[in-house]
Amino acid sequence: MSRPEAEALAALPEIPCGAEGPVFAEPWQAQAFALAVALQQRGVFTWNEWADRLGAEIRRAQAAGDPDRGDTYYHHWLKALEGVIVERGLFSAADLAERHDAWDRAARATPHGEPIVLGRDQG
Amino acid sequence: MSGHHHHDDHDHDHEGSELSEVALRVRTLESLLTEKGYVDPAALDALVEVYETKIGPRNGARVVARAWTDPAYRDWLRRDATAAIADMGYSGMGGAHMVALENGPGVHNMVVCTLCSCYPWPVLGLPPVWYKSAPYRSRAVIDPRGVLAEFGVTLPPDTAIRVWDSTAEMRYLVIPERPEGTEGWDAERLAGLVTRDSMIGTSLALSPDAAR
Repeated sequence: MSRPEAEALAALPEIPCGAEGPVFAEPWQAQAFALAVALQQRGVFTWNEWADRLGAEIRRAQAAGDPDRGDTYYHHWLKALEGVIVERGLFSAADLAERHDAWDRAARATPHGEPIVLGRDQG
Repeated sequence: MSGHHHHDDHDHDHEGSELSEVALRVRTLESLLTEKGYVDPAALDALVEVYETKIGPRNGARVVARAWTDPAYRDWLRRDATAAIADMGYSGMGGAHMVALENGPGVHNMVVCTLCSCYPWPVLGLPPVWYKSAPYRSRAVIDPRGVLAEFGVTLPPDTAIRVWDSTAEMRYLVIPERPEGTEGWDAERLAGLVTRDSMIGTSLALSPDAAR
């Protein structure tokens, strides 16, 4: 291998071959995955558009210092999902921020072990 | 998914729950999309259930084993893998085409998605962590032989390694070589030799000895 990539290659970390684990490491990953599949099925975007957007999120994260060893994949996935939802006009970024804060308040107002429901904090 | 007890600035009598930042963001999307009728929570749960329990590399293994035992099916797979795979009941990748890549004497195929992690879900389930990792995505193209070595596979020096870059519209399934010493085996038994990695091309099908 005489190409210049060879040197860069030597600096790359090893492929995490052995890392297996469950399909989804945490429930939110499964939910984020399913939301994208459902929106694609509804025609909100195509898989092609999705791949472009997800690829762009991954590159952005790498540029920001993410070693990107596969374990942050669903973070990129979620970012791409938020991006496409706003871009397609389903909701605005302000809608998302407002709802996010409402869930946060609801969670904090919910005792441990009880289901978290929106508006909980407004008792 | 409630968080740990938290000693911060709020002053309730009881300890509240805490959702992780990502969990908050997912709940945000799910609740808004549900309210507007874009998604149905029951359908989301069903999707997750299917991907966690029903769709996985056993599907692909059945396709490979059938190709090994049924020449007509193998021809069909060569001509139109999307249809041949759908015939086994594995489909549903909105518009994506499947292509079967046959390994043979002197030829080894290996699949990657350099852009993100396009993967043939209906036949292999969701990709393993390493498939989504930057080292694999970049090195599979630059140094496939080195990557194979890391997976414990050494091919003869004169074997050509073809690396295929998946896209959203084109997804690949490697048909590994049928191991020697399996004459007379039926498809079901053969399927037990077909590993997930052998269908990505980072491994070979198991030998009958290894499978025992």
